[in-house]
Amino acid sequence: MMSVEDLADLANHICPLHVIIDAEGRVVSHGPTLLKVCSEESWIGKPFFDVLDLQRPRAVQSIGDLLDTAGSKLHFQLRQPPHTRMKGVLVPLPDGQGAFINLSFGISVLDAVRDFNLTSQDFSPTDLTIEMLYLVEAKSAAMEASRQLNLRLQGAKIAAEEQAFTDTLTGLKNRRAMDHVLNRLLNSGRDFALMHVDLDFFKQVNDTFGHAAGDAVLQKVAAIMVDCTRKSDTVARVGGDEFVLIFEGMLDRNRLSDLANRLIARLEEPIMYGAEKCRISASAGTVLSSSAEAPEAALLLHQADVALYAAKRAGRAQHLFYAPHFEAEMLEQDSKSA
Amino acid sequence: MDASGLGFTEFEAMLVYPEDQSTRMLQAVEINLERPLPEILEDVGTFLVSNPQVEALRRLLRFGGVNYVEFLHSLDDLPDRARLAVSDLRLPGLELIEQAPGQFDLLCHPGVPGYAQVLMGVLRAMADDYGALVLLDHKDGQDGTEVISITLIESEFAEGRAFDLGAHSL
Repeated sequence: MMSVEDLADLANHICPLHVIIDAEGRVVSHGPTLLKVCSEESWIGKPFFDVLDLQRPRAVQSIGDLLDTAGSKLHFQLRQPPHTRMKGVLVPLPDGQGAFINLSFGISVLDAVRDFNLTSQDFSPTDLTIEMLYLVEAKSAAMEASRQLNLRLQGAKIAAEEQAFTDTLTGLKNRRAMDHVLNRLLNSGRDFALMHVDLDFFKQVNDTFGHAAGDAVLQKVAAIMVDCTRKSDTVARVGGDEFVLIFEGMLDRNRLSDLANRLIARLEEPIMYGAEKCRISASAGTVLSSSAEAPEAALLLHQADVALYAAKRAGRAQHLFYAPHFEAEMLEQDSKSA
Repeated sequence: MDASGLGFTEFEAMLVYPEDQSTRMLQAVEINLERPLPEILEDVGTFLVSNPQVEALRRLLRFGGVNYVEFLHSLDDLPDRARLAVSDLRLPGLELIEQAPGQFDLLCHPGVPGYAQVLMGVLRAMADDYGALVLLDHKDGQDGTEVISITLIESEFAEGRAFDLGAHSL
């Protein structure tokens, strides 16, 4: 018959987290890993319930009750800080000599490894704890890599979207973005004014000073337009030297006229490109969303366009609101020039 | 990378790319750095283990064993371990053969060109990590298998780096 000492020797290698108690419930011996857990105060000779608090099953009150749990799952918590939770299973020793209790950290093993500074030698070679720690780390590392990838993809998506809605030369919105805004406003039924602005004499700047000068002028024009409008307005470059401005919620003709005239005056100030003075102007035509019964994007853009050309015909550097008679005049003009 | 005319400038660790993309990139790297590719690949392996930015990989490899010999024996499981972490990551098979005490041959099965060279760098850096002194030699084996012969001169040559099981923060 094997003695309790022999059993403890054997168990030290196989179950380094075991406790052997005597019939009175005192700790007789325990596995080597528990030395790290019990810290300064040795468990040997102490009542088992003084070191580990049995949390479940709750019905267990005495050592007798504990011995009766043989084979079922036990939930403990360390009485001392850090109050680590442990799982256990008890097997009674023969001839009423007490019991053998094997313990495990269960799911709290991640904390336990850190709290008690455990190493792989503290676990039996057949114990899967090390593999579990490995898996946790491997999965966390893989998850972190995936998370970083998602963040980068998200960033790239935002950048691509911004680019797709932005005119890269001026930083203004592009035609796509303008269509988007226009449709959004029309769908929501909100009122707005749509102003079509075309630069005058821009071709001469390009022809005289070159395209680089033209680009610089366009950038300055964009800055002036942003400056002359509210933050909630939309300023889009829709062609080489064509711009569309959308003023949400603004139907006041006087205010719009003032704004257009101020904008034209600002654009007429000479723009410096190196030592060269570039002079341009602008014509503008505006239509109000309230002018049509059922406004449509294409119709409003056409009407703003008609107003713009009326302004050009009237001698450039002007601003006009759309009026139905412009349409007839435009047709007349076309047939004359044909 | 732009100057190499590859037509791409980025690799993402967690995405799958056509194999020739890697080959073309490695060729471009060889030309640009003006160094032989095996040498570069070995440096890549060393970087993967010794650079603090990729500490995770070094820790995962240290789980293989408490000393360098145990670590070497854990390499047989490396492809399976990698697959546990990232299910579609297929690493070529590895086989450790102990020729004599302190003398090992590591067979690298074919599948990923350059894998054995990267592994050379990893083995060298892990030896430093464990504080072991080793000699490594690379030769071609049969049927596309590559062989790394490892001579363990001293298993506790230097202090090595500490490995704390619980150092990982979740």
